[in-house]
Amino acid sequence: MATHILTRAARFGAVIALALFGLSASAPAQEELQEEQAHEALHFPIEAPERRSWSFDGFFGKFDPAQLRRGLQVYRDVCQNCHALSMVPFRTLADEGGPQFTPEQAAEIAGAYTVTDGPDDQGLMFTRQARLSDHFPSIFANPQAAAFANNGAYPPDLSLMAKARSVPSGFPWFIFDALRFYQEGGPDYIAGFLTGYRDPPPGEEPPPGTYYNVHFGADDETAMPPQLFDGIVRYTDGAPQTVEQYAEDVAAFLMWTAEPHLVARKRLGFQVLIFLAAFIGLMYATKRRVWAPVH
Amino acid sequence: MIKPLYKYEPKNGFTRWLDARLPVLTLIHGSFVVFPTPRNLNYWYSFGAILTVMLASQIVTGIVLAMHYIPHTSLAFASVEDIMRNVNFGWLLRYLHANGASFFFIAVYIHMFRGLYYGSYKEPREVLWILGVLLYVLMVATAFFGYVLPWGQMSFWAATVITNLFGAIPLIGESITTWLLGGFSVDSPTLNRFYSLHYLLPFMIAGVVVLHIWALHVPGNGNPVGIQVRVPQDTVPFHPYYTVKDGLAIVVFLFVLAVVVFYQPNALSHPDNYIPADPLKTPAHIVPEWYLLPFYAILRAVPSKLGGVLALGAAIFVLFLVPWLDTSRVRSATYRPIYRQFFWIFVITCVGLTWLGSQPPEGGYVIAGRILTIYYFLHFLVVLPVVGLVEKPKPLPASINDPVLPPGESVRQAAE
Repeated sequence: MATHILTRAARFGAVIALALFGLSASAPAQEELQEEQAHEALHFPIEAPERRSWSFDGFFGKFDPAQLRRGLQVYRDVCQNCHALSMVPFRTLADEGGPQFTPEQAAEIAGAYTVTDGPDDQGLMFTRQARLSDHFPSIFANPQAAAFANNGAYPPDLSLMAKARSVPSGFPWFIFDALRFYQEGGPDYIAGFLTGYRDPPPGEEPPPGTYYNVHFGADDETAMPPQLFDGIVRYTDGAPQTVEQYAEDVAAFLMWTAEPHLVARKRLGFQVLIFLAAFIGLMYATKRRVWAPVH
Repeated sequence: MIKPLYKYEPKNGFTRWLDARLPVLTLIHGSFVVFPTPRNLNYWYSFGAILTVMLASQIVTGIVLAMHYIPHTSLAFASVEDIMRNVNFGWLLRYLHANGASFFFIAVYIHMFRGLYYGSYKEPREVLWILGVLLYVLMVATAFFGYVLPWGQMSFWAATVITNLFGAIPLIGESITTWLLGGFSVDSPTLNRFYSLHYLLPFMIAGVVVLHIWALHVPGNGNPVGIQVRVPQDTVPFHPYYTVKDGLAIVVFLFVLAVVVFYQPNALSHPDNYIPADPLKTPAHIVPEWYLLPFYAILRAVPSKLGGVLALGAAIFVLFLVPWLDTSRVRSATYRPIYRQFFWIFVITCVGLTWLGSQPPEGGYVIAGRILTIYYFLHFLVVLPVVGLVEKPKPLPASINDPVLPPGESVRQAAE
């Protein structure tokens, strides 16, 4: 008898879960959901970063080339003084679905960098201008040098940062995230982190060399000082020169460096789904026809 | 054994020549064309076919990935990124392969729960079930080795945690661990041999799949009613009836897989695995892939390391014994009112263990983990034997035609 009640309770739970699935598509339910997710913010030491809207989110999302160019500018003016971008070749700056520079513009960007090459035919290493085939060089010779120059904290390579961080929603909310195709936890985190510096509450002054950041995922304080200030990067396309805008632009740029084939992936995905949907229709009709005499 | 209804007759000179020398066409014809299959199989019975397709897909994508992957600690992570960025459609291959592993497990879990629900393991299909559990064990090993290859933080630390488990074995544990690792810690020799094994095991799986299908075709398929096929009218030839039905199920399954591969390819994996492995930096929470979480929860539920390892091993080993632990002579849970309730409780227990495996091992999570672990074993060691003895099953229909055909229809057929 007890088991019977348990099973019924389980079935009831399943019905509720199914109903919630249905509701998750509607807007009012989303607000409720976000309230629920606020509880999950406890995963973060202080506050989970907010979820932003991105040009590349959703089913037909695409990178905005202008935003990626601005993000590259923020990276070059600010981030690259410490952080490497070692997995990104200059040639990809001219790729379809990226910042879409012309190959000449990409070569010009590469030309501003110096890389070490060699050994030459005398066995000596030499430096030369970077070419399209080179990757973004790191300002430091190795991670140890980078850590040494930064108070012992290694500034991580940013190539994959947008996939190596997330805003976890926890069980069972990740199911709703999946149904809404949410996969922008990485850029949400990066933009949140870059805008998450606050004055610490009284009595909670961070240790020397660390900075209070409400969105940092690992701790209350981060070893990275705030880097973005209004007006620090000069945009030429008329976009607002604010910390908020810089943070979003560089987060979008890092999503591209982490997933350079995102646009191609979503486009191909749509074609594949259309094909499979038609295939399902044909298989279903065939199955009905074949089984008709048996049923 | 059910004999094929029609003998294969080669149609042209070549097939006659070949079949007289090696009757492979007769074998295929008998196994996958005219093979008499119960007419009442529902879509839960499609997952065998789906699993076969997934195995083929994993092997094909895996072989191409292996052409570009480099199993060395200093190059593995970069070579995977090279696949993602520079190999033509490399991102598609890798996302298909990584998510394909997850979907392989989704399919195998449905397949296993279907077997538990419909009593597919009962006489005369015990060997079929044992081979199935063996396949599952091989899958777990293959997936674990595969997870190590990208050499991200989770790869490295999962390898460290799992190989450390062998250290719990008394006396010889440490030697075994060193032998497995090829050294004293997880390093290049470990990665290299895991790569070798990751390439080897899928072909062993393919071999056992052949045995699994063979063991299926000797007694013939079970079915949702759970009574044996009695008359030829109970069956339909495998082709076209089940080729088209399984085909539909496969395409629907691939549709769901495509949604994940193209629209949330990283939803089922951990962001930490996009951070290169760092032996000096332990991640905050080391977790395995989702499909191993229930066993991870069982491992951590036992306060001693050796005890945890034994519980983990027992949790899988107990599956081999299921055909003898279940004392009921009725196969299908449809006709077992009490077992059916316990079946669903067991499903919820497994989902609960999966969730607990993803939580930090502290406070209430540990207590809940212990309760569910105990229940997991109770289900097999107490519920299965006892319910089978005390339960009064519902009356079984006379033939598998009865429940599928409208009343009167089966009478008319029987009269014919």
